[in-house]
Amino acid sequence: MNIAAPQASALQDDSIEQPLLSVRSLTRYYGTRIGCADISFDIWPGEVLAIVGESGSGKTTLLNCISTRLPPTSGTVSYSMRDGVLHDLFKLREADRRFLLRTDWGFVHQNPADGLRMAASAGANVGERLMAVGDRHYGHIRETAIDWLDRVEIDAGRIDDQPRAFSGGMRQRLQIARNLVTAPRLVFMDEPTGGLDVSVQARLLDLLRGLVNDLGLAVIIVTHDLAVARLLSHRMIVMKDGRVVEQGLTDRLLDDPQAPYTQLLVSSILQG
Amino acid sequence: MNAQQRTSTYNFAYLDEQTKRMIRRAILKAIAIPGYQVPFASREMPMPYGWGTGGVQVTAAILGPNDVLKVIDQGADDTTNAVSIRKFFERVAGIATTTKTSHATIIQTRHRIPEVPLTAGQVLVYQVPNPEPLRFLEPRETETRKMHALEEYGLMHVKLYEDIARNGHIATTYAYPVKIEGRYVMDPSPTPKFDNPKMHMSDALQLFGAGREKRIYALPPHTQVVSLDFEDHPFEVQRFDKPCALCGAEQVYLDEVILDDRGNRMFVCSDTDHCESRRAKGYRGELGGAQ
Repeated sequence: MNIAAPQASALQDDSIEQPLLSVRSLTRYYGTRIGCADISFDIWPGEVLAIVGESGSGKTTLLNCISTRLPPTSGTVSYSMRDGVLHDLFKLREADRRFLLRTDWGFVHQNPADGLRMAASAGANVGERLMAVGDRHYGHIRETAIDWLDRVEIDAGRIDDQPRAFSGGMRQRLQIARNLVTAPRLVFMDEPTGGLDVSVQARLLDLLRGLVNDLGLAVIIVTHDLAVARLLSHRMIVMKDGRVVEQGLTDRLLDDPQAPYTQLLVSSILQG
Repeated sequence: MNAQQRTSTYNFAYLDEQTKRMIRRAILKAIAIPGYQVPFASREMPMPYGWGTGGVQVTAAILGPNDVLKVIDQGADDTTNAVSIRKFFERVAGIATTTKTSHATIIQTRHRIPEVPLTAGQVLVYQVPNPEPLRFLEPRETETRKMHALEEYGLMHVKLYEDIARNGHIATTYAYPVKIEGRYVMDPSPTPKFDNPKMHMSDALQLFGAGREKRIYALPPHTQVVSLDFEDHPFEVQRFDKPCALCGAEQVYLDEVILDDRGNRMFVCSDTDHCESRRAKGYRGELGGAQ
């Protein structure tokens, strides 16, 4: 399946009349301190949304709230399930939420050790989600794992090695394969290129961009790196002190920032 | 039988009545939810952890004055653990003990199920070191409990996958995970997987006690017990090339015994009672000697 531009495909598909995920007035307090406040946005199928901002601006809190890893203080997060109906995620049963997290969603952690089973082989890491949804054929699981390792540019000969024996970049690619194996529709990424050196970062971004285009994934990516946002995302949300400062199309926002804080962010990129 | 030898300063079967009630409540709950691990307030017993403190507490709680107790350790009636637990209950409960599987009403076992099929009315009590089958890949207790509650058992197959990836076949030979009545995944305690089929639809009640981990679980009679596997790597029990060297029995679980320092060895029944009763009936293996 080769879809040139996810946005275009989303527009062509008449059946898509509602957003995939809809966030309304989401607020999370830590005691009296604000984690993130009054945040509303929609994400549509096949769209890549970047959440940018400096450390402590509430990006990760927001990501954890919308991926149901953290309950919000107030506000709603609704998701369009495969039945086409928008469901309030925090009114679902926990079993359904967890099922969603390991089938229809993916979560790529900044530190691969948080998202991988370090004591299990690479093949088992990729195959775990398949086994969780009931695949009981070893040969099939292994075949799929080899296919996915290939797609994330890991040598199939490393399939029985543990992620401990992998470099940082390989671990991150393995984590991505592990998440995409069940063909999710929405993937959350928390600084996926953080902690990698520049050349590895570039390869990973290239890989991610290819996968997102090929699979028509919707992605919500948290990053402090504006270059990553420009390369991957269609739309951006800029956060500061837990609130949204500015949001819009990536090109528009980076080339013509309106809010003073966004202007500061954009101007603080090192010019080569 | 040996009532006169009973040490009368202890309550019947060592534990006080309130403790026995507490354990019985846990056992009843465990029977009501086959395969579910019920927490209980495990007591200190006059033996070290790992020697069967969980099994001993379960036995003490269900023991009545008319019960006949058999204790086996790796199938044998005559090893230290088996002998001392048998003596313990003779002394603190004054009950009758036996080594004959068919005579016993309660059989406490460490890691074997007797070869002779158990009958209705018999109770098999297992000593369990680690009741949590998911512990191998998930160290968090909060998480494993949630996984049991939500029936998230994909991880169990990750363990079997790793086995096949490393060894070409499922190399787990003991504590082989089973699914109970299509619901809970359970660790059958470190019994060899050879014994797993015997748990399925057994006529006897099976109780599992883990003293250090403070858990009791149970299989009521006629419970479905299915060993987990893959479609293309189905569950298989161990096979032995030779019959028992003493009694010639086939289709039984054998122990390896080293005979000398020149590589000679023999394989004999791990279930000593089964072996002895076969020899009493005149069966002989290659090293069993003349009749």
